[in-house]
Amino acid sequence: MAAFGGLFWRDLRLALRQGGDTGLVLGFFVLAVILFPFGVGPEPAILRRIGAGIIWVAALLSALLSLDRLFESDYQDGGLDLLALSTLPLELAVLAKCAAHWMATGLPLALASPVLAIIVNLDLGEIGILTASLLIGTPALSLIGSVAAALTLGARRQGVVLSVLVLPLYVPPLILGAGAVEASMTGIGARAYLLVLGALSLAALALCPWASAAALRQAVE
Amino acid sequence: MCRWSPVYGCLAPTKLPQPHLIAEGLACRRGERLVFAGISFHLAPGEALLLTGANGSGKTSLLRLLATLIAPVAGKLLWGTVPVEADIAAYREQLHYIGHQDGVKLDLTPREILAFWTSLHGLAGSGATVHTEAALMAFALEGVADWPCRWLSAGQRKRLALARLIATPASIWLLDEPTSALDHDNQLRLEQAIVEHRASGGRVIVASHTPIGIADAARLSLDAFAPSSADLTAG
Amino acid sequence: MINWLANPARFGRFSARTLPWFGWGAAAVLAVGLYWSLVVAPADYQQGDTVRIMYIHVPAAWMALSVYFFIAVASAVALVWRHPFAEIAARAAAPIGAAFTLICLATGSLWGRPMWGAWWVWDARLTSVLILFFFYLGYIALVNAFDDPSRGGRAGSVLALVGIVNLPIIKFSVDWWNTLHQPASVVRIGGPSIALAMLVPLLIMAAGFCLFFVALLMLRMRTVLNERKAMALRVSAGTAALQTEPEPMPSMKTAAR
Repeated sequence: MAAFGGLFWRDLRLALRQGGDTGLVLGFFVLAVILFPFGVGPEPAILRRIGAGIIWVAALLSALLSLDRLFESDYQDGGLDLLALSTLPLELAVLAKCAAHWMATGLPLALASPVLAIIVNLDLGEIGILTASLLIGTPALSLIGSVAAALTLGARRQGVVLSVLVLPLYVPPLILGAGAVEASMTGIGARAYLLVLGALSLAALALCPWASAAALRQAVE
Repeated sequence: MCRWSPVYGCLAPTKLPQPHLIAEGLACRRGERLVFAGISFHLAPGEALLLTGANGSGKTSLLRLLATLIAPVAGKLLWGTVPVEADIAAYREQLHYIGHQDGVKLDLTPREILAFWTSLHGLAGSGATVHTEAALMAFALEGVADWPCRWLSAGQRKRLALARLIATPASIWLLDEPTSALDHDNQLRLEQAIVEHRASGGRVIVASHTPIGIADAARLSLDAFAPSSADLTAG
Repeated sequence: MINWLANPARFGRFSARTLPWFGWGAAAVLAVGLYWSLVVAPADYQQGDTVRIMYIHVPAAWMALSVYFFIAVASAVALVWRHPFAEIAARAAAPIGAAFTLICLATGSLWGRPMWGAWWVWDARLTSVLILFFFYLGYIALVNAFDDPSRGGRAGSVLALVGIVNLPIIKFSVDWWNTLHQPASVVRIGGPSIALAMLVPLLIMAAGFCLFFVALLMLRMRTVLNERKAMALRVSAGTAALQTEPEPMPSMKTAAR
């Protein structure tokens, strides 16, 4: 337990001290969303219709950008060997790192989304659903992304291969998250979507650490 | 009233486990290449093994194999009478592997890094603080203990990596080129630490190009275990 | 049987003998199947002759799923028993599977245009097959992304096992969701619901595709094994040369500059 907490706080401390990362991710998130009115025209009705989707896609891409730093620095400086040899099981180490990554990336994205939702003309109830969907869905993004990040450690063109691997896996949370807001807009109610999204995050919590740990053991060999 | 030692300070000496480390016929493959085959040795408590060999002969691979980071392609590794695979967690708890890379995060201070490393071994709270302070003193790092590691030289970071050996007790020390980047004084400190470790029943396996003062060390030259060209075509 | 074949030299001899049979067999079965499906089989009472695309579309879809399953099984073997042969088999099969998926998507699109009025719809079956295609591409990208090919093979094995969750989703997507794509009519509880006159050419085409896959897989594996043999010979020749090469003369170094 001490080891889990130690790793979590260390990663969080590193993310805070290297400050730039969270700022960059948020900056990219905002820029990506702002590009769309330029591309599809500023008509409020259109933006409202596609707004939730835009914000979710931008959140996905922002999460994608921050994934390669998840294991890369440990891989480069030999810290991964230490984690592989410690008394903390590698699966729990992955979980601790993903938790710290989520707090430094996913959580800020979810908290910044209300501001962007105003730009795309969503009303108050829908903003609430959107923020809730991001809060529930971004842990899944960090966990699923950790599998791809672990698999591509040491690869040439790591960023590109990581994107090709992770984007198909990100489609289910995207469909559910954006679908939740759309369901609330059309009056069906977002509850079912949010519940399934929660189930997806829980499933990722249970399964992804095993896959990531297996991939990390390959990387360490 | 503590029995003061130049390396461990007032840290109470730990009784280290007694089983012998036995390797039989170890062979290792890196990528498509068979690096070495047929390595056997027997390491009792208090003994030391010095690995020598040309570049590429597999010293780092052997150390990583002994650290269970790589699985051998053939052969067995035994901790006492128990194969290491049977209880890999217990075996790993008893070893320290210090490789080429120092594992030092540039944005943290040495004190924070050592506290993290001790927590990885399950130590926390005031017990851990005693250990980290002793480790910092053993390699003369108290002066820079609160600097961000970005400000430390390569030699100081290497000393920090080696301080891990003192911070948590472990029976087997696997050291890969530990004296690279160390100045003379610190090399002496490392040698003294090795002496005290062996005195309390620990064992050391060192791969080194440069001369290192370890008394009565068995020598293992990896050049003698390189595969012949016949092995290469058959594999 | 698998263990017996897993020796590279034995596989080389076995495949040299059997490859022509699989190759010509595939050609023959496919020829018979094509004739049967395009000429002999009846036209559908609703769709007319466009239904004949089914005889390529459906076997291609079956192959796309089966090849992925094959890759996943080979990856599991590679991870558990650490057999390098299994990794070679998985890597060799991946582009073939990707091609089958592409054929399935393309023929499906050609079929969908006259039937549904659209080249593409975002229903569950089509989307999950598209994601399968990207899985194949991701797998191929990952195994080729490493300088050390065995590291690429190991990473690919883990990825293949992670992606196995997609297969049941594809198979049952038409049952779980209301989709435009028609529900299962061949592999379902209660037996096939398709007419026998159409089922027979369908199965012949499927058999032909299978034989084609096996032939192509064996060919690709033979090529990889020959490449490795050539590489090993080059390495050992190089090592031998290094041991006998005399010290270069100083004059040669200055001349080279």
